[in-house]
Amino acid sequence: MIHILLSRWRQGHRTLPYPKTLPALPERFRGRPEFTKGACAEDCRACAQACPTEAVRLGPEGLRLDLGRCLFCAACADACPPQALRFTGDHRLAARLREELVQSPDQELRLAEALGRDLRRVLGRSLKLRVVSAGGCNGCEVDVNVLGTLAWDAGRFGIQFVASPRHADGLVLCGPVTANMALAVRKTYDAVPGPKIVVAVGACAISGGPYLHQEEQLGGAAAAGLPVDLFIPGCPPHPVTILDGLLRLLGRL
Amino acid sequence: MNDALFAPLRNGQALSLGRVPDLAPAEFRAAVVGAVRDGRRLACLCAGPDLDLYAVLAGDRDGLLLAARTRLDAPRYPALTPDCPQAHLFERELAEQFGIVPEGHPWFKPVRYHASWAPGRDAWGRTGPIDPAVTEFYQVKGEEVHEVAVGPVHAGVIEPGHFRFQCHGETVFHLEIALGYQHRGVERALAGGPRPLSLKHAETAAGDSTAAHAWAYCRTLEGLAGVGVPPRSDRVRGVALELERAANHTGDLGALAGDVGFLPTASFCGRIRGDWLNLTAEACGSRLGRDWLRPGGLRFDLEARRAKAMVERLERAWADTRDAVELMWGASSVLNRFEAAGAVDPIQARDVGLVGVAARACGIDQDVRQDHPFGPYAEHPVATALAESGNVHARAWVRWMELEESHRFLRSALESLAWGEPDPRPGPLPPLAPEHLCVALVEGWRGEALHLAVTDGQGRFRRYKIVDPSFHNWFGLALALRGEQISDFPLCNKSFNLSYCGHDL
Repeated sequence: MIHILLSRWRQGHRTLPYPKTLPALPERFRGRPEFTKGACAEDCRACAQACPTEAVRLGPEGLRLDLGRCLFCAACADACPPQALRFTGDHRLAARLREELVQSPDQELRLAEALGRDLRRVLGRSLKLRVVSAGGCNGCEVDVNVLGTLAWDAGRFGIQFVASPRHADGLVLCGPVTANMALAVRKTYDAVPGPKIVVAVGACAISGGPYLHQEEQLGGAAAAGLPVDLFIPGCPPHPVTILDGLLRLLGRL
Repeated sequence: MNDALFAPLRNGQALSLGRVPDLAPAEFRAAVVGAVRDGRRLACLCAGPDLDLYAVLAGDRDGLLLAARTRLDAPRYPALTPDCPQAHLFERELAEQFGIVPEGHPWFKPVRYHASWAPGRDAWGRTGPIDPAVTEFYQVKGEEVHEVAVGPVHAGVIEPGHFRFQCHGETVFHLEIALGYQHRGVERALAGGPRPLSLKHAETAAGDSTAAHAWAYCRTLEGLAGVGVPPRSDRVRGVALELERAANHTGDLGALAGDVGFLPTASFCGRIRGDWLNLTAEACGSRLGRDWLRPGGLRFDLEARRAKAMVERLERAWADTRDAVELMWGASSVLNRFEAAGAVDPIQARDVGLVGVAARACGIDQDVRQDHPFGPYAEHPVATALAESGNVHARAWVRWMELEESHRFLRSALESLAWGEPDPRPGPLPPLAPEHLCVALVEGWRGEALHLAVTDGQGRFRRYKIVDPSFHNWFGLALALRGEQISDFPLCNKSFNLSYCGHDL
């Protein structure tokens, strides 16, 4: 017993003071991309050609970057001759609507709005979520799980991950939804009592991610027929990006 | 010894297909079965798109890999499994992928439940839609024998899989594991590559083993392109792999403590695992090491000042880890539970071809870093951790000893990286050698990750095969459960902590 107490004293209290202060993110962290307006050379398509998931596109309406497909590999930024595109340290990426994830040089990313009043009254102070991996690589899964550890302690905000969909207020979906998981995902969603929400975490769950061209998967949660309330981009998203999205949804940020 | 029938090659070496012996099917079978009987390990057995089979055997004592191939006239051949249990899952896999029937296979079921890649040729003659885990499960009959079915979505935040227990009261007679729910087509996506997304497919083959699979992929490409990697970059790759090991071993030890109700270590380690991941993020921006490695070298070098700063954080993470884990070793209640659960018989472990932590916990002295050294490990060897009892305690103890070694390696690597200039970022690789075969092995935190590539006449991947360590080890978990209480399943499962997505690909 004395050893446990001594360890407890040595290890100290380490829960991050987020959201009061933002934890220090690494220098090389790749968050929200940013464009320098008007810096693109005529007819230059280097960024679009470098992107492995066609997240960057140059169409008649100009440059578009789809955060829902972006793997944050920064191949586009590396390829851009005038460095008109760069990845900032801004971790806030979550959005309520799929189309809001498509960024252009003229438009700021609209961060996720809170749920409506009625839903917030039911879920705002106690949100139990069931995480379902449907073809995820265990990257998004572990960075969601981490919110339950004492470093992040999502329980402070009333957010808890539960083992049964029956105990849950919503689903967190990771992975592109494989054909082999389609039925299980549907049944799990149906097992959650209403009112319920769906959160799509990571590029796979939003768009199929690196697997978007594979016929073994459906192309994410929305494509699998789930009504997604929150999209959290990344490959995988940093835990703080996920928590930021959830807290915005609950109107806590 | 049958070695003369095979082409010898080193880990990461490419070999012209003309130099890989093309054996007759019967000769191929006898050679593989004989080599395994002589103590070689079947590291990979797979098919290509033209009824061609490839076998890679590992001679772990002499640092040698042995390759052979055969061409079948028809999509069937006598199965190796009855004489070589290590082939059991490989043969089911190649049957599912290419519709080739290993005749006489004693456990002939699909592995991942997907349609055959060879149009119109299905090993089971299926034509309709294929439902996952719909198969005839092994059943034990008798009074008071009952069956427990769990999954794919189970009580706990883990990946999906289906488990069937045959129980008598609390005692498990038999566990059958049906996977495939995470199958998203990794190998099919890699075929015809390399493409810009190929590195991503390797990184996400098992996302918690990003460094291991990215490294194996890079080495496969470097072997085929005939490109060397500068020593400094190789050492940084070693840092990536050992940080991944440290993070996951710390997380696993904490989770094991949690599964026996020892909460101090469980909560400390949950946090400290993050400290290890954040060290990886310090180096490359991603906690899982995404985009750190790149064929030919690195996307992010560790500059001297960054390496220096990381030494200090490494020591803090290590001090916390040691404090948290030693607490657990001092608790008799923990040891008691660990020692009484999940024993795998060492002879069976060898027979089914376990790798990594699970093998070393059974006293099998096998570690790619020691046996087939790659990157920095020839010059900077790590000691192989061994235990003997093959139970939960042994698997936990092996992890703990490996953590100590990883810390030692990291400390000396980071200190040496705190001097000197970073290597320039590698440019695009030259074209890959056409009609070649290359095999790369990397010892990830779970065990051996194997990548095998066969190129076509244009230097594209005619076949790209990934063998995640979990592919070898899931059967070990089934063995560990025999005669155990079903209530100990979570503890046994955690002590293996295998990858679903790495198996399902």
